[in-house]
This record gives sequence, structure tokens and C-alpha cells, in this order.
Amino acid sequence: MLRFLLARLSGLILILLLVCVCTFAVFFVLSPDPAVQICGKNCTPELIDQIRANLGLDEPLLSQFLSFVGGLFAGRTYGAGDAATHCAAPCLGYSFQSSQPVWEMVTERLPVTVTVAIGAAVLWLLAGVVGGLISALKQGTWWDRGAMLVALSGLSIPNYVFALVLQYVLVVQLEWLPFPQAVGFAADPWQWFANYLMPWTVLAFAYASVYARLTRANVIDTLAENYVRTARAKGLPSHLVVRRHALRPALTPITTIFGMDFAGLLGGALITESVFGLNGVGKLTADAISSNDQPVIMGVTLLAAFFVVAGNVVVDLTYTALDPRVRVKSV
Amino acid sequence: MSSPSSAPLLEVEDLTVAFPSPAGPTDVVHEISFTLDPGRSLGIVGESGSGKSMTSLAIMGLLPPTARRTGRVRLAGREISSLPERQMRRIRGDRIAMIFQDPLSSLNPYYTVGLQIEEAYRAHRPNVTRRKARQVVVEAMERVQITDAARRVDHYPHQFSGGMRQRVMIAMALSTEPDLIIADEPTTALDVTVQAQILRLLRSVQQDTGAGLVLITHDLAVVSEMADDVVVMRSGQCVEYAGCEQLFSDPRHPYTCALIDAVPQLEDDVGELRAVGDAGPSRGGER
Repeated sequence: MLRFLLARLSGLILILLLVCVCTFAVFFVLSPDPAVQICGKNCTPELIDQIRANLGLDEPLLSQFLSFVGGLFAGRTYGAGDAATHCAAPCLGYSFQSSQPVWEMVTERLPVTVTVAIGAAVLWLLAGVVGGLISALKQGTWWDRGAMLVALSGLSIPNYVFALVLQYVLVVQLEWLPFPQAVGFAADPWQWFANYLMPWTVLAFAYASVYARLTRANVIDTLAENYVRTARAKGLPSHLVVRRHALRPALTPITTIFGMDFAGLLGGALITESVFGLNGVGKLTADAISSNDQPVIMGVTLLAAFFVVAGNVVVDLTYTALDPRVRVKSV
Repeated sequence: MSSPSSAPLLEVEDLTVAFPSPAGPTDVVHEISFTLDPGRSLGIVGESGSGKSMTSLAIMGLLPPTARRTGRVRLAGREISSLPERQMRRIRGDRIAMIFQDPLSSLNPYYTVGLQIEEAYRAHRPNVTRRKARQVVVEAMERVQITDAARRVDHYPHQFSGGMRQRVMIAMALSTEPDLIIADEPTTALDVTVQAQILRLLRSVQQDTGAGLVLITHDLAVVSEMADDVVVMRSGQCVEYAGCEQLFSDPRHPYTCALIDAVPQLEDDVGELRAVGDAGPSRGGER
């Protein structure tokens, strides 16, 4: 078990390093000179050189990369002498736009994204798994057809369309929900909840559609398994047959997909956060991309990669706990 | 033989199983009748698709929902083919236990074998404590000669070999002390050497408990070893129903003769396997 964990963790670090290399290559080598960008309107060649020197852009690529990675783990100091600024670990550099430390910008926005992800996950798991299960048990009935039709529309309607329609109907037309305002939970719980309700619903709708179809298919497959027939032949009541013998095998693979989806969402829901004006990591990403703010883009990319890779490890561990065939070696 | 006054353990009368098809209902089992007395064993033989397994599922009331069953099944004189699901459930596993073909896929990979046997036992004895149930489980496993049963109850199916898994299935069937055991191709998925062990075990537990045994197989050699009476099925129909000795010494139906002839003999030349003559389904019931 410990060896398994160590192997996974070293894999995690390796993948993150690779992601570092790739993002570094894409954003620092291929995109336009950041010094020119920072320099702005009244730019002189001397100024550009100074900025370059400050950011370490005049150094060879490899040493730039090494100081970037070094900054992540040990912090780094930009410039020298009086102009020197120290950026504490984990240092992701400074935004070209606001000159704020990227790490701070990201961690400030993370709670919003986490709130969006958790709320949506609860909703989509409930709706998707329960809906899919009922569909599987009532296969071919009006409920099944209806639920699968809704799921299909959830898959095919783009997120932002559903988001805009929802906003228009619930806020503008029916006025059931207040206009979104940035407030903390403590200040105004109802406003806070209303702010998040629509993003949760929009995200959950899309994901729940996938989960409902998946759950339905898995449960139907499992109910056809020989061991379910054995359970019936034992004389078990059908609710026990379903709960004990069909549900667990059917839902175990879903935990894998859930882990990946949830980890992906922690990297920020770009469209949903932008449409609903939520100041999360996704909106930060969208803004950074539109203003070509490379350190920020790099920071959020690394963060998203970290969540996905870490999510993968968690999924592996969960799977091991859930499936005895993986956990217990045969004797 | 039980006394003539008591009813036979199992009576199957004109049992028919039909599935809907574009051309109207198609019989996969057609008017099968046989009886089985307590402590006796009946073999049902036939080639793949002859309706053997459907017959056993029809007796258990475990047919797929699209299937239509007609005819009567009586267990110790009581008609069970018309029972509502709730009452049929009480008979299933308790009075009629079933052993399936592939013990790996027939056991749930997510639960220990102990739990799965215990489940069968407790399904019909809800008031039994877990401790007592566990004791019964270990005893049942010991009875099917699983060594170190007290430790192995907590193992998962994938930790057992094929033969041991089938022993687990037999232990599960035995745990409730059923009157009737239906074994559907219990040795087909096993190695030849293990097959013999399992058959011997099945025979000895049947004799110990006095349960009736319906043994479904495509293997005539198994039937000749195990069965008192034999039903030969083909394309859903019973072509011959006779005592075992009589069937092998004096087969009446040409299909039975062909089946017996098709069993490869050691003296046969290699490459001279005989096919069952006119092997196509006679009723056009199959796709």
C-alpha cells in the first residue's frame, strides 16, 4: 500500500514537472515579448532592457525555467540592489497587468471556484445517479424516456446558452432570484445562495446528463450479471438485490469519472464563472487569456494540472478501497 | 424411492416457455413433463439451445421478464408455478437451491464468499444472529471440503480457484438445507479433473441430505454417472424420458442414439468425431 502510494506520488510530481515545461514553453517562448507588453506606451529600448533584466528574461531559457521552478519551491528574488523584490514560495511570478503576485491572485479566487464545484457536484450526483438509477429500474417507461430526453438536452445545450436563459427567466422575468451581487455568506446568506444557485444548476445540468446516462447503462448491465441472478435465486427481496448486488458494482466506475470531473472543475469553470460574474479561478483565467497576462495563465494552468493529477491519485486510492479485486491479491 | 402415498418432490407438467418474436411467440421449451421423487436425481441433457437452462429457470420462476410460462410446476404437491412473487421468493433458495454454470461470474466480486453464503441463509431466517449464521456458513464450507473454512469465509471470490468457487456455490445451496437442488451445468466451466471431484461432492451431499437433484448438462457421461432418470431435450422438446440404465442400454429415440454415438470413444480414429445427425433445430425455434 505504501509502495503504491509512493509510486503514485512520484508520478504526480513527474507529471507536474512536464506540465511546467509545456506551459513554460508555450507561454514564454512562443508568445510575444512580455517586456514590450509591460513597458506600455512611453517605452524606450533602455526601459525594455531594464524590465528584461528585472524579470530575468535576458538569461538563457534553461536558467529562466530553473529559476521559475526554483521560485515555486523556494521563492525567488527579482531584480537586484534597491529594486529587488522577494517573491516567497510558492512563487508564480507577478501579473503583467496588476503587478500582484500570481499566487495571491489565485488563492484569493479559489474559494469561489471551490464553492461552485462543490455545490454543482452535490446537485449533479444527486440528480444524475438517482435519475439514472430510476431510469434503469423503470427501463422503457415514460419516466425513463423523459429522463433520457432531459439528459440528452443537457448534453446538447451549450452551457452559456442555458446560463443566459436561466438568468433571463429567473432574474429578469420572474424576479425569483435577486440580481447577483458579490457578498460574503455571513453578510447576506440569501444573496450569497442566490448568487451560486444558477451557476450550480447550469454546471450540474450538464454533468448530471452524463452521469444519468452512465448510471442507467451501468445499472442495466449489472442487473444482467450472473451474480445478480444468483442473488435472486437465493430468494433475496428485490430491493436488496438492487441495493447490494447491482448498485455497488454499477457505481464504482462512476467514482472514477466523478473524481476527474470534480478535479477538472477545481481548475475553474471558465464560461460559467464568466457568465455569472463570479470572481473565481475560471474568470481569472478568462481575463488573463484575453489580456495575454502570461504569469497568470501559467499559474492557473499549473493549478488546474495539479488538481487533475492529484484527483487522479485520489481516484486510484478510492478505487482500491472500493474494489476488492484491486485491493486484495489472490492467494 | 419414497412411499407411493406421498406426492413426488417435483412435478413438471406441460411446461412451456415462450418468447415474443416478430413471427409471434416462439416456444423455447415446449410441453415438458417429468417428475422427481425425494432423494432421486434427474438429468436433463441436450445440446446448447435445447431449452435445458430455460426449463430450470422456469421452475425457479426466474425467467426474463419477456418470457411467458405456461404449464404447472408442483413442489411436494403444492403448485408453485402460480404463486405470486413474494411467496415464490420464500421458496427460492430455501426449498429449491440453484447452482450455476460459471462460479466466477455467479459470485459477486465485491463481497466475501462468507457474506454471500450467509445472505442465502439469512434471507429465509431473518431472526438468526450473525454469529449463528457465520457458524452455519463455516459448517457449510467445511461440508464441501473447503480447507481452513474459518479463515476462508472472509476471502473474496477471486481468491479461490474455479473448483473452490463451485464448492462455495454448493455450500451456498446447502446452507438452507433445500429439498431440491437444481445444478445447471455445474462442471462445464471447470477442468476435467476438478469436474469429477465436484460431481462426486454433489452426489455425496445429495445423498447425505436426501435432497432431490435436477442436473442439467450436455454431457452424457455425467448423466450416466449421476442420474436415476433422464430427460433428453432437443429444440425445446422432450424427445425421450426414461430411466438412466434403460436409456443407455436401449435408447428409443433416434436423437438419443445419435447423442450416445456422438460421445467420442478412445478407440475412435482421430478426426472421426461423429456429428449428431440432422442437428438443425426441428421446430425452427432458433435464429
